[in-house]
Amino acid sequence: MALLEVKDLAVSFVTRNGVNKAVDGISFSVESGKITAIIGESGSGKSVACYSMLGLVPMPPGRIDGGSALFNRQDLLQMSESELRKIRGRDIAMIFQDPMTCLNPYMRIGEQMIEPLVYHRGVSKAEAMARAVELLGEVGIRDPETTVNNYPHEFSGGMRQRVMIAMALINEPKLLIADEPTTALDVTIQAQILQLIADLQKSRDIGVIFISHDLAVVADIADEICVMQTGTIVEKGDRAAIFDHAEHPYTQKLLAAIPSGGKEDTVEHDDTLVRVENLRTWFNAEGQIVKAVDDVSFDIRRGEVLGLVGESGSGKSTIGRSLLRLVPVTGGTVTFDDTDVTALEGRALKDMRRRMQMIFQDPFASLNPRMTVFDTLAEPLLLHGIENRKSVAQAVLKLMDDVGLVRSAVRKYPHEFSGGQRQRIAIGRALATRPEFVVADEPVSALDVTIQAQILELMQELGREYGLTMLFVSHDLAVVRHLADRIIVLYQGRIVEEGSGEQLFTTPREAYTQQLLSAIPGHSLGSTPAVS
Amino acid sequence: MGRFLAIRLLQAIPVILAVITVTFFLVRVAPGGPFDSEKAVLPEVKAALEAQYRLDLPLFQQYTAYLGDLAQGDFGPSFKYPGRSVNELIGAGLPVTAELGLYALLIATVIGGLAGVIASLRPNTPQDYIPMALAMIGICMPTFLLGPLLVLLFGIELEWLPVSGWGDIPGDKLLPSITLGAAYAAYIARLSRAGMLEVLSQDYIRTARAKGLPEWQVVVKHGLRGGLLPVVAFLGPAFAGLLAGSFVVETIFQIPGLGRFYVQAAFNRDYTMILGTTVFLSTLIVLFNLLSDVLAAWLNPRLRHQFGGKA
Repeated sequence: MALLEVKDLAVSFVTRNGVNKAVDGISFSVESGKITAIIGESGSGKSVACYSMLGLVPMPPGRIDGGSALFNRQDLLQMSESELRKIRGRDIAMIFQDPMTCLNPYMRIGEQMIEPLVYHRGVSKAEAMARAVELLGEVGIRDPETTVNNYPHEFSGGMRQRVMIAMALINEPKLLIADEPTTALDVTIQAQILQLIADLQKSRDIGVIFISHDLAVVADIADEICVMQTGTIVEKGDRAAIFDHAEHPYTQKLLAAIPSGGKEDTVEHDDTLVRVENLRTWFNAEGQIVKAVDDVSFDIRRGEVLGLVGESGSGKSTIGRSLLRLVPVTGGTVTFDDTDVTALEGRALKDMRRRMQMIFQDPFASLNPRMTVFDTLAEPLLLHGIENRKSVAQAVLKLMDDVGLVRSAVRKYPHEFSGGQRQRIAIGRALATRPEFVVADEPVSALDVTIQAQILELMQELGREYGLTMLFVSHDLAVVRHLADRIIVLYQGRIVEEGSGEQLFTTPREAYTQQLLSAIPGHSLGSTPAVS
Repeated sequence: MGRFLAIRLLQAIPVILAVITVTFFLVRVAPGGPFDSEKAVLPEVKAALEAQYRLDLPLFQQYTAYLGDLAQGDFGPSFKYPGRSVNELIGAGLPVTAELGLYALLIATVIGGLAGVIASLRPNTPQDYIPMALAMIGICMPTFLLGPLLVLLFGIELEWLPVSGWGDIPGDKLLPSITLGAAYAAYIARLSRAGMLEVLSQDYIRTARAKGLPEWQVVVKHGLRGGLLPVVAFLGPAFAGLLAGSFVVETIFQIPGLGRFYVQAAFNRDYTMILGTTVFLSTLIVLFNLLSDVLAAWLNPRLRHQFGGKA
């Protein structure tokens, strides 16, 4: 008998626009001591399925249409709210995606951790606190005796996720539901957290449901994998079956979207377009100097894609912004086509900005929500006098074609588009002035994997078509390798290693690069994708 | 902490100085003077009076002399209450007004906070609409209408409560406090509803539910602290506003508070009294704003480092 046996679970949302079937009759099971992964993109219903079993989907608008979820032979779906409450946090615990927002910022972590223990088992506060300290040590938090009294903001993202995990385990649950627990984390931290979850699950013999949008993440740890698309499970099987003999086209698409392999046509260039010498960008944070970028030098050749890799806080985004003078530079020079960018002022700077553009990470935050796509795309064209009022419409439509958006969408506002489409708009905005050089700052990290693959492809295509030179900034080595001719690895504001993608991947010289490489999820996949 | 307070207090000085300067010259620009009256006054008498109160000096000298007195905490003599200083008059009115303001604030916080929290628990249902509709009425209804209505109902029709006075008959403080606090209760209800709605949609509330905590614990332990922060930030300005705005209520219920002097002084061109009450109240407003800022920051662990060190 499985620990959890879900049969024909169906959940819908009743809204003004009609009934939306979020989960449409899915069945799966979870065994004790095993990890069942549910994979799907945002909106596929993977989270709703798990939340609805625990009564965490607000009803209305949510509605359970049918099915059963047997946990210890009891049907969770038939339970009253108070019966479910006794199971939540005691027998079934959860960890969530964003450890930054999932802990109460107003309470010390100790107080938060002991709540389930005190509430469900009536343990005294002092006893519960001792247990919390013990668990914090077990999940790898240093000095748990003192840090147990800290507030969440005093921890890093990875450490907060460890706290979340410790809190979920405090009642020794039988089933753990982990909803995208590593999506918000850097790759090296992600690897540590995945390892931690796998270790804890083995040592405690608990069942785990691991929800993720990324097949690669679960490649190393999942026993069973269910692939979900638009509310149904399209394929399910053990790990080997999914990775080696995927049958459903959607699964194959997901596998193909895992970035792997190097860039196909690495060309040698010798014509330097951008030369960065001893660049320093320091910030003054409350009287303390933060050396975000400290003495960095590199060249980018015309037509080249240079990858810039590092974890958050490594200074990679700051370098990109410094090159375009979006942040004040402390020292050093940036030479663009024989002009020192750091010395430009006024009119000359404006002209230079036409030739150097930027694509940002979050296409929703970087597009003005009150401007239509037409206005967004037309603005740089008119501002730089590239087109006049009459000719601008034609130029905008051409841009829409180039970035793969339908022309009829030109009067829509950003919120009417999906994340991938918004990034297309942002790319169109950046390319509108026909720049020679583009800084792409994590352009795909906010997107689902299949969308990610499409956008990367688009950027490659446009790069060729527009003859672009590109600085591609990312925390994800696999993505960068796919696109870049050369890669620079950054750590704490300094360059650690530099080389071609192939060389970095096969013979990394520095320990830090090796660490980054080993953190890429999906080791068991090898270096080539399972589906070609 | 000390540094933060010191900086904020220093910043308050130019604000208060600006208030003094603007008020000082504005009242002089207004037509009429403290010793004008319908009856003719002998020119010699008027000149003597003006000399006594330094009104014969050039305007700028009067200004610097006033600032000099103020620096020593002296608001000067009242022009309309001969023999009494502005300090005395404020000292007599303040305790009454402060007590009235305090009760009003208490009523506003308890009733407004409760209404807002209750409304936020089931948004867009009658549980939300009814308190919010009442709050809207509370905001729209001026005190000079609400006061007499309450007197009519509870004082005259039902004869439950006294219709006027302050501290003379038991229960006579209730109606004025409610009248003054009603509008603020309505503001606080709307603020706390918005704050709670925001907090209750946060991820950490979902975490609390996932722990299996009963709903009241989710709301009280995890929701209230963040949800009521905007209310705390509003309390300072609200209390200052209550003090300054108590005139109407004090008049309706014949309460010997500060507000009465304030308005009468304006009618009488009692220069020193106008200046004294204005400076006094604006200082209070600045101080209470500072206080509630400190309190709100203190309640938020993420801002607490501003005060140096952690909790």
